[in-house]
Amino acid sequence: MLGKPALPSINLDKTPMLLKIFRETSAVVQVEILKLKRDPFELFSRAVQPLLWLLVFGKVMAQVKGVAENEIDYLSFLAPGILAQSLLFSSIFYGISIIWEKDLGVVHKLLVSPAFTFSLVLGKAMAASFRGISQAVIVYLASFLIGVKVSWSFSSILGVVGLVILSSGLFSTFSLIIACLVKTRERFMGIGQLLSMPLFFASNAVYPLSLMPPVIKFLAQLNPLTYLVDALRYFMIDSGAPEHSMIWNFGILVVFFGLFLYIATRLYPGIIR
Amino acid sequence: MASTLTNNPGEPPEQALSAAIELVALSKSYHGFHVVDAISFKAGYGRIFGLLGPNGAGKSTTVKMLVTLSESSAGRAFVNGFDIEKQTQAVRTSLGYVPQLISADGNLTAYENLNFSAKLYGLLHSERKPRIYEALTFMGLFEHKDKIVKNFSGGMIRKLEIAQAILHKPRVLFLDEPTVGLDILARSTVWEKLRYLKSELNTSILITTHSMEEAEILCDDIAIMQQGKIVVQGDIKSLKETIGEHASLSDVFVHYCDNSMVDRGNYKDARQTRFTVDKLG
Repeated sequence: MLGKPALPSINLDKTPMLLKIFRETSAVVQVEILKLKRDPFELFSRAVQPLLWLLVFGKVMAQVKGVAENEIDYLSFLAPGILAQSLLFSSIFYGISIIWEKDLGVVHKLLVSPAFTFSLVLGKAMAASFRGISQAVIVYLASFLIGVKVSWSFSSILGVVGLVILSSGLFSTFSLIIACLVKTRERFMGIGQLLSMPLFFASNAVYPLSLMPPVIKFLAQLNPLTYLVDALRYFMIDSGAPEHSMIWNFGILVVFFGLFLYIATRLYPGIIR
Repeated sequence: MASTLTNNPGEPPEQALSAAIELVALSKSYHGFHVVDAISFKAGYGRIFGLLGPNGAGKSTTVKMLVTLSESSAGRAFVNGFDIEKQTQAVRTSLGYVPQLISADGNLTAYENLNFSAKLYGLLHSERKPRIYEALTFMGLFEHKDKIVKNFSGGMIRKLEIAQAILHKPRVLFLDEPTVGLDILARSTVWEKLRYLKSELNTSILITTHSMEEAEILCDDIAIMQQGKIVVQGDIKSLKETIGEHASLSDVFVHYCDNSMVDRGNYKDARQTRFTVDKLG
């Protein structure tokens, strides 16, 4: 039977901090992947929307010729935008699972453990990134099938994977912040709907910044999705021309992700109050 | 199996070891309202302490502060000799917690649930499997280790949560309404396991409960809370003697609680209790 604990000391975890963060974060990610493998329906259902955007909206808009086609056709212009939209939409509602875990009591178990809160938040973000990669695979394949000039070089794919991990983490952490603030599923759904469409349309996902009225253009320049789309366009599409340097695009995304991680780490313990 | 709970860095100061749990004027206020109002008590090592009281008395809030889920507004408290505000990591390593809500993940197997906890508690890779098997065997769940938890009965879920809470061999165990929603057989099993943990492993246990039967069967000492204050505390036998020769614990409870204010829970408390009962029942 269970060995008697020696009185009265305890064994504090002496693992170096980075190793401890890695162990705890990967534990959270593994659990999320297990659950997703057991019930992959969500992955398939989330694939429908980007496919509709590409196959219906994209095909129709390509006929309209509203967007000037310089070096790339409209479908090739649109595909990275739809990948970014897919990542945004799947991550922005990630917080609802956090509220569900809070209502069940699972969060209580996590928060009384000696694990760093930062690790728990980062683990959730990385789990969302895993989902993001599956979305990227679907959009990549669909884009290829409809004739988009997708870049298959190793460095391009590596760049896209990096962006998917970073942006899914960013938007899911943003979602976790909202969940910590609103605390109920009903309110969360309302806020999620309220934020997702403006974030999508006030970006360069479906039309270039140059076509936007000044106010929308200004808002788009404050929107991290704009920088994600710009970087995706560079990596994902052959001869894709970015508007900003990659250092700038990645820098903006890293800064937003770092800021959201910090805020979410501070707010997460308060979700149960 | 050799215990891993033997090293020095987490050792609390000697003077703090007289009690497994000690509260000194601990308070919690929301918007000026005292949910927990300067309560003090000590729970000894190797004993079961019952925190009793009507709905909304402040029992769960007190436990949440002790397990570091909620910050106190004033006062101090120690768990295994560690200050709950200043030595949070040491407190968390010292304790196991079974909340009233369901903390086991229904989409994982029993083994996966415990393995996840083992990783969060920093158990060495080589220790995890034997420790998980040991805890599952102790709680009578070994044959169910590879079954998905959402197919478990309420009693099995509660047993799994206790297995999860004792996996790292905590010195102090907190259980918030551990048998709410369970049938008599499942309740008896939980009581039997808790008594074993106390008597054989010297685990100190604090439970909150509405059930006088549960308190009478399990607890060595109790404190009755009402409206955030402790109205009486002591060992059960002495408290009964203060009421009368044949007094029951229910008599003690009714005697010390103001009947006009017995049930002060709010909508959230009621929803939480019914949710748990619904899921476990």
